[in-house]
Amino acid sequence: MTYTLVQLSYLLATALFIFSLHWMSDPKTARRGVYSGVAGMTVGILATWAQPAFIVHNGWIFLALLLGAAVGWPLSRVPLTAVPQRTALSHAFGGLAAGLVGTAKYYLWYSEGPENLTAFRMVAIIAEIVLGYLTFTGSLMAAGKLQELKWVPQRPVTYRGQNVINLGLLLLAVGLGAFLVVDPTADMAPKLFPVIIALSLVFGVLLIIPIGGADMPTVISILNSYAGLSAVAMGFVLDNKLLITAGALDGSSGLILSIIMCRAMNRSFTNVLFGAFGQVQAAAAQGEQKSYKAETVEGAAQVLEQSSLVVIVPGYGLAVAQAQHKVREVYDQLKSRGITVKFAIHPVAGRMPGHMNVLLAEAEIPYTDLVEMDEINSEMPQCDVALVIGANDVVNPAARADKSSPIYGMPIIDADKARTVFAIKRSKNPGFAGIDNELYFGDRTWMLFGDAKAVVGELAKQLSGGSGMH
Amino acid sequence: MFRLALPLRGAVASLAALVLAASLAVASEDAAAGGGHGATQALDLPSMLFVFMLSTFIGIGVIRRVSRLLHTPLMSLTNAISAIAVVGAILVTGPDYPPHIRFLGAVALFASMTNIVSGFLITNRMLKMFKTREGGEKGVQK
Repeated sequence: MTYTLVQLSYLLATALFIFSLHWMSDPKTARRGVYSGVAGMTVGILATWAQPAFIVHNGWIFLALLLGAAVGWPLSRVPLTAVPQRTALSHAFGGLAAGLVGTAKYYLWYSEGPENLTAFRMVAIIAEIVLGYLTFTGSLMAAGKLQELKWVPQRPVTYRGQNVINLGLLLLAVGLGAFLVVDPTADMAPKLFPVIIALSLVFGVLLIIPIGGADMPTVISILNSYAGLSAVAMGFVLDNKLLITAGALDGSSGLILSIIMCRAMNRSFTNVLFGAFGQVQAAAAQGEQKSYKAETVEGAAQVLEQSSLVVIVPGYGLAVAQAQHKVREVYDQLKSRGITVKFAIHPVAGRMPGHMNVLLAEAEIPYTDLVEMDEINSEMPQCDVALVIGANDVVNPAARADKSSPIYGMPIIDADKARTVFAIKRSKNPGFAGIDNELYFGDRTWMLFGDAKAVVGELAKQLSGGSGMH
Repeated sequence: MFRLALPLRGAVASLAALVLAASLAVASEDAAAGGGHGATQALDLPSMLFVFMLSTFIGIGVIRRVSRLLHTPLMSLTNAISAIAVVGAILVTGPDYPPHIRFLGAVALFASMTNIVSGFLITNRMLKMFKTREGGEKGVQK
């Protein structure tokens, strides 16, 4: 293929990618988006590969593609509760690819064409490897935390001077990078380069260890953005516009999702990355002991049967307990009685953006009954029963009223405005963030203690048993 | 539902920073090139920056319209798309470069291909689940 043909193919691939994202605007057309994306990818790969005068080691390429496909296929079959981990892992792979290509290009040019190492290219290479490698280890850490690996600390790890150390490491890496930009062919340059790589790798780890599980949706989005930007930097290094456009699309997607997540928690980027959530609250949780009102599953089932509007508020606890299919049974039972059932989806419920929607869709709950927070809140005063399953912070009224609460100002689902609230909770301990939830002590709230899957299953059984008596 | 102001401000700020850094780099290059040997690489930097800026704005415009229902599949889709880094990896693995360079390229190629395959497949798998009515016709169709 000639240079022009390759470039025109890249143009086509870019258009296909833009259409791909455009079709994601509606679940009805979304799958078209996948096909368009696959087509764009195929065009891009073939156009690049089909340059026989330049690309000669076809065996290497073929083998690497084959191995990648062999590992990628099982990764696409993971249970949907594990999707956040898989996503983090794929950000790690993306970062790694960018870092490695940057490294290879630098050493190639250093030995075989130092005139290529212009200041601009060096800026791009440094950006590529710093972003690439920090995304690699950072995403691996995030994936480890999400997978709850034993050797990865789940709770945020903090220590004195943490931010100073982290920032110092990053500045050191950037400073060394600046030195290489000024003098890319210095004698010590090939030795400095691995130091920058090592600093970026360490920085990635240190960036993620102070971040707790509740902040994972934001962190995954930010890492998504970084992975995209590292692809952009690769495009600048290789003078390749397809890489720049595709990377920019990924980068802006990560940016927008991060902004949505931050807004849904009323926090800023810096606060998520450097705020070390989870430390302060541990102390705040030590308050006077208030008493819960517990209810039996039978009682709850009776109240549910008498309602006309039921709003189910799912949270991460539902995912952990794998309760989505049992929830579907309850949904069916209530629906068969002519009761309106809606799901109130908080943007940060779960461990990544949109996580709850996917889990509920898996249980074949029609997506038309999955309602966003802003929309459902206006209906909450008319709601007869709010059924809170494994959600905690996203329904905590303290976010509205208590200025001293660490989550003050975060938009919440107004479950407390429903006529009756049933909250399913595993234990009497405070939730992930360690914050007491006023909702559980409310006049109209009754607790159903137990594993979400077991309790919801019992509820479904009660409802199906009771249906004969009507 | 979603105000433009904030992401725009962020995008404009980062673009401004990037253009500034790029102009500085270009300026220093021009100064260094003085003698005229800079002609060896006809890199069209401004046009690359144009491409970056425009695709970022298109990205923001398109992504803002994506249904919130689909944010998880969106992330796996954009992830697969950004695995177009595979093109860069091919350009490092394929040519007649020293083996250690090509090895780094091959590992990058492997990593990108993993993302392409798993990203597109899992996106498709998730999207298949989004239905309008129970058991009824699929809301998601080709």
